Amino acid sequence: MSFVFSKENLERIEALKSRYPSPKALLLPCLWMAQYQEGYISLDAIEVIGEVIDMPPMELYRVATFYTMFNLEPVGKYHIQLCKTLSCALRGKAQILAQLSNRLGIKPGESSQDGKYTLSQVECLGSCGTAPVMQINDRYYENLTPEKIDTILESLEEES
Amino acid sequence: MIKASRIVSRKFDIPGSHTLEVAKTHGAYDALSDAFAFSPAEIVEVIKESGLRGKGGGGAPAGTKWGLMPQDDPRPSYLVVNGDESEPGTFKDRQIISKDPHLLIEGIIITCYAIKAHDAYIYIRGEYCQFQQILQSAIDEAYAAGLLGERSGGEAYRVDITIHRGAGAYICGEKSALLESMEGKRGHPRLKPKQKEPEWYFGNPTLVNNVETIASVPYIVKNGARAYREFGTEHSPGTLLFAMSGHVEKPGVYEAEFGTPMLEYIEHYGGGVLGGRKLKAVIPGGASTAVLTADEVAYATLDYENLRAMHSALGTGGMIVMDEGTDMVEALKNLLEFYHHESCGQCTPCREGTGWSDTILGRVLEGRGRSEDIDKLLELADTMDGKTICVFAPAVAIVVRSFIGKFRDEFEAKASV
Ligand SMILES: Cc1cc2nc3c(=O)[nH]c(=O)nc-3n(C[C@H](O)[C@H](O)[C@H](O)COP(=O)(O)O)c2cc1C
Ligand code: SF4
Ligand code: FES
Repeated sequence: MSFVFSKENLERIEALKSRYPSPKALLLPCLWMAQYQEGYISLDAIEVIGEVIDMPPMELYRVATFYTMFNLEPVGKYHIQLCKTLSCALRGKAQILAQLSNRLGIKPGESSQDGKYTLSQVECLGSCGTAPVMQINDRYYENLTPEKIDTILESLEEES
Repeated sequence: MIKASRIVSRKFDIPGSHTLEVAKTHGAYDALSDAFAFSPAEIVEVIKESGLRGKGGGGAPAGTKWGLMPQDDPRPSYLVVNGDESEPGTFKDRQIISKDPHLLIEGIIITCYAIKAHDAYIYIRGEYCQFQQILQSAIDEAYAAGLLGERSGGEAYRVDITIHRGAGAYICGEKSALLESMEGKRGHPRLKPKQKEPEWYFGNPTLVNNVETIASVPYIVKNGARAYREFGTEHSPGTLLFAMSGHVEKPGVYEAEFGTPMLEYIEHYGGGVLGGRKLKAVIPGGASTAVLTADEVAYATLDYENLRAMHSALGTGGMIVMDEGTDMVEALKNLLEFYHHESCGQCTPCREGTGWSDTILGRVLEGRGRSEDIDKLLELADTMDGKTICVFAPAVAIVVRSFIGKFRDEFEAKASV
C-alpha cells in the first residue's frame, strides 16, 4: 500500500479517538485528512482508513461515495464550484457560468487540459444573501459579477 | 413599526466580535454563573417557560425536547449542535458561527449542564471551511481560558466540544441522518419512533438542536423566560434570524421578533424588491416551504401559526424573494433539480418521484411538454406525500403543489406549446 497518514495526521487521529464513543465516528475526519494530504481519496487510502476505524474497505467506499465533497478521482489544482440553486439563479448565476466557461474553455464537469482547473456546479452553498456565489477549494467568492470572475481567474494565474 | 430585536445578533456588528477578548467585554460567558447557580432541572424548566422553539426549521419546543433526556442513566448523554445549514435560502447559522462563536460555546456549556452531557459535537457543513476555522479558534481560546475542559467556566463540570465536519449532503441536516453520518455511515434518515424519545448516538441518549437554538440559551438563562417572551407572539415567542435572498435590494440576515409582518420586514430590512420592481412571490422559510403569491405576502406575518394557517410554513425563516420577471416554471425546475440531487434514495417514492418530476418539467421547458404533464406532476406529488421515512419527500410535494396551484397558467402555457 502506498498511502500512509502523515505523522501529524496520525497524532490528530489518536487525539480524536478519545473524543468519540466509537472509532467508527472517525470515518469523516479520516477521509478529510486523506483528501487534504493527497488531493483526493485513493483506494489505498480507503484501505488504510478501514484499518483505523475497523471497517471493511468496500463498506467504507460505499459510504464515501455518498458525500459529494469527497473526490475519489484527482481534481484540478483549483476546483471551482459554482452554486446553481434558486437564489443564485435569480441573481445572475447563468452569466457567471458563461464567463467561467468562456475563460477556462471548459464546461461544468470538465477539467482544463493542463489539469489546473476543474469546473463544477453545486447545490446551495448556504450563502444565498451574497449570490451569486462560488467556492474555489476552501474559499468562498461572493457577490460575483463577470468582471470579478476575470480578476479572480487572473489572480489564480499569477499565484501559480 | 419594526421593533429592534437583537438577542443572538447583538454582537454581530462589533469589530472583532469573534474573539474572546472582544466578546467578553460585551458580556460573553456572563450567563454561566447564573446557569451554574441553577440545578440542571431548573434550567430545563426556564427553557420550557420561555417557549423557545427550535430554529432549525421544525419549530419544536426546545424545553420539551430537553425534558426527554434521561436524568439518571448509566449511559452518557450527548449534545449535537446542528450546523449543517443546507436548506436553500438559509444562511443564518454561519453568521453566529463566524461573528459570535463564543455565544454558541456559552450556550453549549449551559445546555450540556442542563441535560447532564459532557461531550458536545458541532456538525458543520463541509463547505463552511472558513467559518469552521473561526469557530475552532474560538473553541481553542475557550479551552485556553479554562472555559472548556475539565472545569468549564471554572466550575467542577467538564464540557468538551468537538467540531465534526460534514462532506456535502443536504439530507445530513435531518437530525437522524446527521447522527448516522456521525456514526460513520451514509446519511440516511432513520425510521421515527412511535413515542417521543431522545435521539440516539451509538445507542446513547442524544439531544440535537440547531445552532441558533443553542445560541438563544444564554439570553434566556441570564434574563429569564419572561424577558424572552417580551418578543414575539404567544405561541411563537422570541426572535429569529430571518434572512432574505433573491430579488431584494439588500439581501442578508436580520434578526426580528416573531409576528413581524413579512412585507414590512422585506421593505424595512431588505429595502424592497430589487430595482423597484413589483413583487411576484416569496418562498417564506427555505426552499422546502409552499410559495406565497404577492397577494398572500401582503397579509403574512413571520410566525409559525400564521404561515401554517396559510398552508405554508415558517421553516428556517429564509425568504426567497421573486420579482415580477421571474419564470415560475424555471424556478420550480431549479428546485426539482435540487431535490432530485439531494434525495438520499432510501424510499422509492422519493427517489423516483423527484427524478421523474425533474425530467417531466425539463421536457416541458424544452418545449416538448404535453398539457397532461401538469397533472402528472401533481400525481407524482401525491405519491411522494406521507409514504416516506422522512419529511423530505412530503415537502417536495408541498412545493410542487404550491407552484402549480398558484401559477398554473404559466405551467399550462409552457406545457401546451
Ligand atoms: C430534510 C431535512 C433537512 C434538515 N436540515 C437541517 C439543517 O440543515 N439544519 C438544522 O438545524 N436542522 C435541519 N433539519 C431539522 C432537523 O431534523 C432537526 O429538527 C433540528 O436540527 C433540531 O433542532 P431544533 O429543534 O433546535 O430546530 C432538517 C430536517 C429535514 C427533514
Ligand atoms: S423521504 Fe427521501 S430523503 Fe427522506 S429518507 Fe426517504 S428517500 Fe431519503
Ligand atoms: S442558492 Fe446559491 S448559495 Fe444558496
